[in-house]
Amino acid sequence: MAELERHDVDVLIIGAGGSGLRAAIEASATGARTAVVCKSLLGKAHTVMAEGGVAAALGNVWSEDNWKVHFRDTMRGGKLLNNWRMAQLHAQEAPDRVLELEEWGALFDRTPDGLILQRDFGGHRYARLAHVGDRTGLELLRTVQQRSVSLGVEVFMECKIVRLLHGPSGEVNGAVGLWRESGRFVVFSAKAVVLASGGVGKTWKFTSNSWESTGDGHALALWAGADLIDMEFVQFHPTGMVWPPSARGILVTEGVRGDGGVLRNSEGRRFMFDYIPDFYAKETADSEAEADQWYENKRDFRRPPELLPRDEVARSINSEVKAGRGSPHGGVFLDIASRRSAEDIKRRLPSMYHQFKELADVDITAEPMEVGPTCHYIMGGVRVDGDTAASTVAGLYACGEVAGGMHGANRLGGNSLSDLLVFGRRAGRYAAEHALGITGATVVDEAQVDAVCNEALGYFDGSGENPYAVHQDLQETMQALVGIIRTESELVEAKERLGDFSERAGTVSVEGHRQFNPGWHLALDLQSMLAVANCTTRSAIERKESRGGHTRDDYRESDPDHFGKINMVSRLRDGVVEVSESPLPTMPAELQALFEEGH
Amino acid sequence: MTVVQETPGAPNPNGGIAPIPVRIGGVRGGPPLRKILRRDTWWLQPALTALGLLGFIAYSIWAALRNGDFYAGAYGRDYLSPLYSPCLTHSCTTAGYVWGGWSWWRISPAWLILAFPGAFRTTCYYYRKAYYRSFWLSPPACAVPDAGSTAEGQGLRKRYSGETRFPLILQNIHRYTWYFAVIFAGILTWDAIAAFRFANGIGLGVGTIILVINAVFIWAYTLGCHACRHLCGGGLKHFSKHKGRYWLWKNVLTHLNEHHQLFAWCSLFSIIVSDLYIYLVASGTITDPRIF
Amino acid sequence: MASTTEQAASTTRPAAPSSTARRAVTLRLWRGDADGGRFVDYEVPALEGEVVLDVVHRIQATSAPDLAVRWNCKAGKCGSCSAEINGKPRLMCMTRMSTLPQDEPITVSPMRTFPVIRDLVTDVSYNFTVAAAIPAFSPGPREADGTYRMAQVDVDRSQEFRKCIECFLCQNVCHVIRDHEDNKAHYAGPRFLIRLAELEMHPLDNLDRRRYISEQMGVGLCNITKCCTEVCPEGIHITDNGIIPLKERVVDARYDPVAWLGRKLLGRKAPQSAAEVAAVAPLWRNGAAKHGSAASKDA
Repeated sequence: MAELERHDVDVLIIGAGGSGLRAAIEASATGARTAVVCKSLLGKAHTVMAEGGVAAALGNVWSEDNWKVHFRDTMRGGKLLNNWRMAQLHAQEAPDRVLELEEWGALFDRTPDGLILQRDFGGHRYARLAHVGDRTGLELLRTVQQRSVSLGVEVFMECKIVRLLHGPSGEVNGAVGLWRESGRFVVFSAKAVVLASGGVGKTWKFTSNSWESTGDGHALALWAGADLIDMEFVQFHPTGMVWPPSARGILVTEGVRGDGGVLRNSEGRRFMFDYIPDFYAKETADSEAEADQWYENKRDFRRPPELLPRDEVARSINSEVKAGRGSPHGGVFLDIASRRSAEDIKRRLPSMYHQFKELADVDITAEPMEVGPTCHYIMGGVRVDGDTAASTVAGLYACGEVAGGMHGANRLGGNSLSDLLVFGRRAGRYAAEHALGITGATVVDEAQVDAVCNEALGYFDGSGENPYAVHQDLQETMQALVGIIRTESELVEAKERLGDFSERAGTVSVEGHRQFNPGWHLALDLQSMLAVANCTTRSAIERKESRGGHTRDDYRESDPDHFGKINMVSRLRDGVVEVSESPLPTMPAELQALFEEGH
Repeated sequence: MTVVQETPGAPNPNGGIAPIPVRIGGVRGGPPLRKILRRDTWWLQPALTALGLLGFIAYSIWAALRNGDFYAGAYGRDYLSPLYSPCLTHSCTTAGYVWGGWSWWRISPAWLILAFPGAFRTTCYYYRKAYYRSFWLSPPACAVPDAGSTAEGQGLRKRYSGETRFPLILQNIHRYTWYFAVIFAGILTWDAIAAFRFANGIGLGVGTIILVINAVFIWAYTLGCHACRHLCGGGLKHFSKHKGRYWLWKNVLTHLNEHHQLFAWCSLFSIIVSDLYIYLVASGTITDPRIF
Repeated sequence: MASTTEQAASTTRPAAPSSTARRAVTLRLWRGDADGGRFVDYEVPALEGEVVLDVVHRIQATSAPDLAVRWNCKAGKCGSCSAEINGKPRLMCMTRMSTLPQDEPITVSPMRTFPVIRDLVTDVSYNFTVAAAIPAFSPGPREADGTYRMAQVDVDRSQEFRKCIECFLCQNVCHVIRDHEDNKAHYAGPRFLIRLAELEMHPLDNLDRRRYISEQMGVGLCNITKCCTEVCPEGIHITDNGIIPLKERVVDARYDPVAWLGRKLLGRKAPQSAAEVAAVAPLWRNGAAKHGSAASKDA
């Protein structure tokens, strides 16, 4: 296929969200020829949906805060399954990354003495989240976007990467993409590829994620021979909208609870007091009176249980609804109207006010919201080196949500935006370093290119059903069988159904022509989602314990002696996903000590 | 189908460095240009605006041509019509104007007086919007084609240069007209105060109330001016270094500015009501009821 | 099907029914591409609480799988699903079906100001090229402790403009370019005028873009008819808080003789020239303009 459009770069970055653009800024600063490819327009990435803030131990509000406390909170939130090195670097470097955004034009809310204001969030010991109202993700993305534009970074918009290409020794040396607009293929030759493609939420039915979150990066890495870890850990955000049906899953920021909102069941009870786990009992208020005082006096009172880590809150809501104490549309009530003045709510949570008003016709300053868990984030992802973000395949790097390890079994709110910045920068830097160390032209294997193009075009000759139907069935299955609460029998059933879906997805038929054809794009995305679904389901079967974002009804306790010490690794062998156990990296003694001080 | 010709060499109305290298032309989706899909009564607002502005212009021409019955001194009321204030040609002696008047002036003084607030209102950012929409039809309403649309090569105007050329570039003098508007607001305030002075001491008539309301609306409109908001504080980079100006900007001018359109119409209306009322009193058609 | 150029030809295709349907509504969607197009009617059941984008998706999943539409978050945060609904520029995800009259077909057409690619998808590359013409943020040095200090009152104004989700509805509705194509080469449009306002009001920025805004970004072309403000889904006061303050700043720099005299007498710096400021914009840097540096997609 000699007529294909071709681009030769040093570093190819897949994804233009926060981590991809941060990587691009860093890579282009080293002088490497850098290109970013994204499925949507520049500036539309899912990062804009992040609301609450970016966690960084700046110590502006609480001078007691420092990286060690942040590190400890992150590890505890992740049920100690995190890659300790990543958690350490993340906590250490996040403040610098946030300050750097200001140098590029970001405008965070301010403290009275002109520093960055920080807000409380679940699982964080101190008010730590730098924020701008409830649109922090937008601010972050716009800032790195504008910085990239000012540096002249080349962005290929509305282009989906179909497959990575590899050289003779298995190293990644390029990719085949597809222009959504024209339906034509484009070949990138690259000395290093950074995956920054975000999440997988569209594999589930109720999700806060956008259409783009189809796990492309996870799948590309898997197909390229890289290891994925922790794929069973999927975070269900406790508060998504449940009504109207079309808005189901859309996120309600944790900031609502940080700013005074409380969860109630249909009986009006603040049920979170009934679900405080021993692990957090010491730092959580056990009466409404104490919890309510915390908002004003954080030094002398313990935090309300509504601000427990997300996995705990999501499970509790799930239990209340199952026990028949849910709201009319199958959620619970999140009430801030009775607790804060209308003016306060509109000032601190403007987009939430707007969202409920526009989508659900609910005035959150006057009535409670109905909320329930929604698929939000995958902790698992490409196994990377903590320092360099390098995957297990040469030339392939990963950062942001597509990388695994940083968040362990459960991610704390606010840690994803800081993750994007810290590891986006590292991935960009080390990918560029790797690329600049390679001399000579990159030569891609034309046979691979042809095979990828032919496979993708094959859908136009498909004889099967509409890809939307397969996608819908996949979502229903994952929601029902691989959701918040899992059991062996359901997981095995899901695994069987996935085999069936793979067959159906392989023969779907696509109508129309190549130009901007969403049906075709979905057929291609389905392959990624199936790869993710397979990894998640198989890893979930193997992890026979409950921990963080993985709750087994048949193994309700966590197992610190075995599963607490291993990662589940997914890799492809002969075209089939294979899951194996791999020991966690050992934390050095001085970091271990942070957990024994017992505060 | 809207097909636009490539016009790479179009002259730059701004006189800038070089054209931005954007793609010019291409096929548009949607209905043909003149087919308007809006279902609401989008024409109502520009129509009402045109009616209101034309009404005011017609009234003020009549009032200016009248050249008389603008002062109610003969009926023991120190009421002066805002269209004839300050009192230039006559001596409004019952009241506080100290000079006698320009008895040599022959034509209606209203023309002279109207020029200043007239210039202020003509260059006002709100009125600009109003008359660009309702008279220029540029555009009459949102997503409705501009009367001068060149999108299908059938526009009334060959080019659209906005406010970059003579005469519309003169809109940039708005702040100078504001300086005069402040003086006139001061004069009308004085008139409102003077309206409390009756032939036999302090009093309050219906005319007094009208003139006071008029002065309030005039101030609300004048202080809500965008140029005023800029000069007072909007042009500053660091509010934190100018606490007083910031306070004024935020707590007074910004609030008035948000309702600039409202006060533009209220003050227009109150000017007409004031003049008409004083005309009726001064011409002996009605008697001004005295409240105390 | 997209090769006909007849207008509003109505071919009604029923989309798959649903058991919870209450009544049917008709969506009249623009189908077509650069070769022309027409409106096609789709009859769909109306479900409770739906927005226009939901219905478009249902049509896509049932009767028109190749219907091209941009969307991402479906929560009014990303600004992808801009279109003209019953002739009004709006986000499809934030327009509830219940707010539209349902006795007649609801028309959905692509944004008019930008060339159509296919169906509801338009080529918005104009915006990305203009973005590259914005002289970059140029801050002063950090404080001794490595931070930047900014008072909340000094960031409030720029924060309002940073709420922008870049849906480009303001660019679309602005008659300066909607009805006068040739102005695109000389005009930033409301979205980028507020971006410039944001930078001008940014407490840390040290560049003086006023002449550039006037001479290169075409603020004088705006005749403040406020349609941008009317359609902004974020409720940003684009005209009153952004463009008009810019116009007044331009008056300070270019048209006010007293301000000019004041600068001369007090020995203040003259406004920076447009050419000097242009050098800080990625588009003009290195002399010649690089076409859409962050918007490259010439296939």
